[in-house]
Amino acid sequence: MSRRRIGLALAAASFAWGFATSLAHAADISFWTWRQEDKAAYNELFADFTKANPDIHVKFESFPDENYPTIVSTALAGGKGGDVIHTHAYGWLEQFVKAGYFEPLDMSTVPSLANQPADALVSGTYRADKKVYSLPFASQTLGLFINKDVFAKAGLTPPTTWDEFIAVSKALKEKGIYPLANGMGTSWFNEMFVAIFTNPFLGQDFVSDLTSGKTTFKDPRYVAALGKLLELRPYMPEGFEGIDYETAGQLFLSGKAAMLAGGSFDIATYRSQNPAINMDFVAPPMAKAGDTPQATKFFDGGYAVNSKSANKEAALKLVNWMGTKEFGDKFSALLGNISPIKGVVIKDELLSHVAKLNETAMPHINVIYFRFEKPTGSELLQGDITKMMSGSITPDQLAADITDGLAKWYKPFQGQ
Amino acid sequence: MTDGWRHTERPFPWRRSLWIAALLTPALVVMVLFVLWPLLSAFRFAFYEFNGLRPSGFIGFENFREVLFEKPYSDWTYNALKHNVVAFLALMVFENGTAFLIAFALLKALPGHRVHQVIVFLPVVLSAVIVGFLWKLFLHPLFGLVNQLLGLVGVGAIPWLGNENTALGSILFANIWHWLGFPTLVLLAGMQRISKDVLEAARLDGAGDYALMTKIVWPLIAPSVTIVTILTFIGSFNWFEIPYVMAGLTGSPGGSTDVLGLYFYRTAFGSTTTGIQDFGQGSALAVLMFVFVAGVTAIALRYLRRREIEQ
Repeated sequence: MSRRRIGLALAAASFAWGFATSLAHAADISFWTWRQEDKAAYNELFADFTKANPDIHVKFESFPDENYPTIVSTALAGGKGGDVIHTHAYGWLEQFVKAGYFEPLDMSTVPSLANQPADALVSGTYRADKKVYSLPFASQTLGLFINKDVFAKAGLTPPTTWDEFIAVSKALKEKGIYPLANGMGTSWFNEMFVAIFTNPFLGQDFVSDLTSGKTTFKDPRYVAALGKLLELRPYMPEGFEGIDYETAGQLFLSGKAAMLAGGSFDIATYRSQNPAINMDFVAPPMAKAGDTPQATKFFDGGYAVNSKSANKEAALKLVNWMGTKEFGDKFSALLGNISPIKGVVIKDELLSHVAKLNETAMPHINVIYFRFEKPTGSELLQGDITKMMSGSITPDQLAADITDGLAKWYKPFQGQ
Repeated sequence: MTDGWRHTERPFPWRRSLWIAALLTPALVVMVLFVLWPLLSAFRFAFYEFNGLRPSGFIGFENFREVLFEKPYSDWTYNALKHNVVAFLALMVFENGTAFLIAFALLKALPGHRVHQVIVFLPVVLSAVIVGFLWKLFLHPLFGLVNQLLGLVGVGAIPWLGNENTALGSILFANIWHWLGFPTLVLLAGMQRISKDVLEAARLDGAGDYALMTKIVWPLIAPSVTIVTILTFIGSFNWFEIPYVMAGLTGSPGGSTDVLGLYFYRTAFGSTTTGIQDFGQGSALAVLMFVFVAGVTAIALRYLRRREIEQ
């Protein structure tokens, strides 16, 4: 064998050895999500993670939002599924934890849990054992989008109280502008609409009374708050009963409507749809001057580790990294979402303003407290709110329907 | 007397049997895996408390009791059932009634009848999802064609799909537009099987269009009417795509467009925003619907066949 051949053989052997070694150490893990539109951002984030952990490669796999729960539950029930799974929060998560499909997270495996505020951790906690199973990924804030150009053109100032809201709306309508873009054509969006406008009339005391079992949705405070929604009808687009989420967004973005009750999760989308829009996101109108501004807040979901994952260690490493400030800073910058991680710097002016609103925000009552069993508060409210807005049932009836429906599983409401 | 055919029958070659079996196997496997097995599973799950993740126990008829007798589930079941029944009646009267009149006009071979035939049948080839989206756009309260046209005569924006009183009707209208060609074709085929002599004899005896239609054509196309009635019934209870596309999974507004198909899908598979998964209750609804549709179809077939024979 010539020297050259020996050299080549040695080189080939060392390459094969190196390849085999890298195969032995490499962990290819998958990340499952319903957020198909976030692929590029997550791939960039995962590339950063791989740079710090060269042995671990993360594959982004997304599924349609509507079928996501079914796909995840079928896969997990069959012992499959992604290694890290993007989960929805509260009741959605709990059914999976109950079935034993997610790994509990603690400080020993995921030290970055310490970076999360307490109310964020609640969204990923299983009530029965008080353990965290999902690392929270974003808080969502519900409030009022303002088209600043429309207001400036009309010579008006965005309202801060309910009375101002009605007065401004009247003036806008007289000028041929829809004051409020919202309609009642999309069930889940209707639920947000209710939370946004009723929460400033309810206040934190009502939430405490409701969750401690002192009162129900039949409480006069809740009925009165629902009644206020009826006052909004003249300021919504004609045929508002049939205006859906997409149309409302278009009315706002095109400047045909001056305000839109919506969520911070749409800020990035609206900017991409109309980069020229000059918008603000503020707290909804307060009940009266001097009240604390009250937007609505909830946590959208988190990152959980599949308990059947063959690469659990690598998956836990990834989740831990997703709880670091480094991840949070870039996540907020790339996706325009508010990371709950403490100390995250939000450079975008509007987003940082939204994060400020969170400091005094009310909880999204239905999503946080009444999504654990069937029928959920969302099912009950979403079905009935359009009836109330079209005048076929009263706020009292709606409040009674929600209370009676929830009483099926929520003990404090039973017999009330 | 010898049994002639027995002697002439050639034994079925085993190779041929094997060949047929081999050809049928893939289809049978697919059928068993994706139709029969899920169907049997649905029957089993209906008796379990099962959220799609892990069956947690046999609970007998509890799921059935809940969907039939326990509020708010029972209210939701009967609300959806009512809309299926309304859909069946509306489709029988408006879709099949119109189809009968069009088929009769086409039978008379009026000028341009071939073009009309194509026009009537054309929407049938479109997918229900496309039809749903199309009519959702047409009926949009602000930008829809229908309201734009009504605006020309001074009628304000009507929220066709947003109003409880007009939503189901709007969806039914879209459905009729989509499917009208199918019963027309079946009824026309039935009419074309009537002997021309019979029709001419009736004409010679002085029968006008109305008499011809009611006294001659209608009784003689009884088998086609049976087919159309049964298919309309099954279609009304399997109704899903158009209500889903036009009004969403929750049957909005206020459940006014909810039908059993939507309701049991929503119950079984849940939704990130409406509820949590309950395969058990969803399966119970599916089983009830299956039994109901199969039962009524069997009774209807028996009755309609008897009517055909009597006629």
